Amino acid sequence: MTAAVETSPRVYGVIAEYDDPEHLVAAARAAHEAGYRKLDAYSPFPVHGLSEALDLRRTGVPSIVLIGGLVGAAAGFGLQHFTAVINYPLNIGGRADLSWPAFIPITFEIAILCAGFAAAFGMILLNGLPRPHHPVFNADGFDRVTRDGFFLCIEAEDPKFDPESVHAFLQSTDAKSVSTVEHSYDVAQS
Amino acid sequence: MATVTRRLDDISPKEPVIAPGQTYGSITDLVNDVVDQTERPPRFWLAVFGIGSLLLMLLLNAVGYLLIRGPGIWGINIPVAWGFAIINFVWWVGIGHAGTLISAILLLLRQEWRTSINRFAEAMTLFALMCAGMFPLLHVGRPWVVFFMFPIPSTTGMWPQFRSPLMWDVFAINSYMLVSAVFWYVGLLPDLATLRDRAWRRWNDAPPPERKLADRIRQIAYGMAAIGWRGSARHWHRYEMTYLLLAGLATPLVVSVHTIVSFDFAVSVLPGWHATVFPPYFVAGAIYCGFAMVLVLMIPIRKVYRLEGLVTMNHIENMAKVMLVAGLIVFYGYLMELFFAWYSGNTYERFMMQNRLTGPYWPAYWALILCNVLIPQLLWLKRVRTNLVVLFIVAIFVNIGMWLERYVIVVVSLHRDFLPTSWGAYHGTFWDWALYLGTFGLFLVNMALFLRFLPMINVFEMKHLLHSKMPQPAKGEESR
Repeated sequence: MTAAVETSPRVYGVIAEYDDPEHLVAAARAAHEAGYRKLDAYSPFPVHGLSEALDLRRTGVPSIVLIGGLVGAAAGFGLQHFTAVINYPLNIGGRADLSWPAFIPITFEIAILCAGFAAAFGMILLNGLPRPHHPVFNADGFDRVTRDGFFLCIEAEDPKFDPESVHAFLQSTDAKSVSTVEHSYDVAQS
Repeated sequence: MATVTRRLDDISPKEPVIAPGQTYGSITDLVNDVVDQTERPPRFWLAVFGIGSLLLMLLLNAVGYLLIRGPGIWGINIPVAWGFAIINFVWWVGIGHAGTLISAILLLLRQEWRTSINRFAEAMTLFALMCAGMFPLLHVGRPWVVFFMFPIPSTTGMWPQFRSPLMWDVFAINSYMLVSAVFWYVGLLPDLATLRDRAWRRWNDAPPPERKLADRIRQIAYGMAAIGWRGSARHWHRYEMTYLLLAGLATPLVVSVHTIVSFDFAVSVLPGWHATVFPPYFVAGAIYCGFAMVLVLMIPIRKVYRLEGLVTMNHIENMAKVMLVAGLIVFYGYLMELFFAWYSGNTYERFMMQNRLTGPYWPAYWALILCNVLIPQLLWLKRVRTNLVVLFIVAIFVNIGMWLERYVIVVVSLHRDFLPTSWGAYHGTFWDWALYLGTFGLFLVNMALFLRFLPMINVFEMKHLLHSKMPQPAKGEESR
């Protein structure tokens, strides 16, 4: 790893663009099979088969949602229990202070609220966002990634990374174009 | 489960969910050009924005005068303490529910025709909830002490009464609003990135003097909103899971919210309110009214913005079918109310129903039956479901009918309850109507701003759908 970084500290990776999702999936699978691990694909929409090709498994999101929901339910019920039983019990016709069935709707709503927030913000934070800039944006024509561009980037941090061989490898995957991605935008444009 | 997961376009393959000839780029342009290419918005937009702004001013006046004089300017009295405010609240919340239904429940049922209308319907949800939320807030009379309803430790030393359905409502509506907003934003994220990149491309391509400030501002504004989304496969991997989970969470939420709204009535002991059929009947009513509202908005908009290729007749017809089914469930609710009143053997229940059918407010009840039960039966005919003008009119009738339904439930049940000595009458005043019409201003202005600044169709999902619809012979030959 260190060897690759030493050769060119300014290089983020090598990126290839493909015409369609099928080529991207095939290339991602080939890259993974060739032993590259620090790589990422970029596409305008979620492409089926890409996660499998890159061997992405657990997302971590479901457990966050579960924790969020349980914390929300506990907090929602706890709030009602504290206010209606501990802090200010009101005797209404001798009915039980802990009239739990009446507490269920709010418990449920707070649980859903917390689970929903956990899902959305958990996903955003696990994805390392917000991150307004990222070296991959320096790639030529990368603005197409939100339109109709399909990209595969093998990063310089990969232990097997070697600019020459990665270039050659990506060329061999039916790429429309292959180029080097610099860390700095100015270098990339000069 | 096969019947559940069967797609509606499998049933009628002649009506596609995307018109032929679209590509990833053409879909992107079709939707986004409305936002960032048009120099002048179409006349239709100006009309909507103009009328909306006028009504919004009416709203501000109605609210301002209300805050000065108090709810006495409304028609509410004792016994009818819940007038227009609660009718309009329930009506708007119901409209909002169609958005969540389209985006969440139809996603879980793999109804892929939802894709081209879900963004739009979710926006409708948010704006309808804004309108709905105003009414209870103003109905409390002194909105500046509305924080009494929140569990905040205060000098009063007291807490809200969590055993009250009205408190459940506070939590349900607020949770619903927040979760809907988050769901909407998550769905928007990749499309905001598209707008960011389009603005950057045009700003970058133009020669220096041509570099438009507008594109620069767009790039920065959409860029900040897109928080650096770059379409990474790792991100998509989590994103899809998240979206599915949010849909799974929103589905029980939407049902629970309108159930709780119906509890506001059903948990009381008032004849006409105290009925076990209320939760399902309210939820169906919400779907009914909401789908009608989506149709009322979508029929002109797809025409003006030339989106017939993305919102096809298939979508329109499917929405009409959902409306028909929901309408029949609502009709069942009406029948059950009649049956309960008779079968209970209770004098007050029977009187309530007799009063509803033949009392002073009989025109409201029979107009409601006309709008909600009789006219929508036209939807059985395919000719009606595919005739945009007729469908538009039917949808308007359903919206009016659903408003009348809440009018009947609220006013007619309250005005004559147990003791004839405490009977009364209720009629909305000018300020009641001004506030109600004013919320249309809030809704229309928000809708117009949404159409102008955000993509009204979920572009990345349309591309995903297009990809799944593409002929796939190339896959086997080329990739291996």
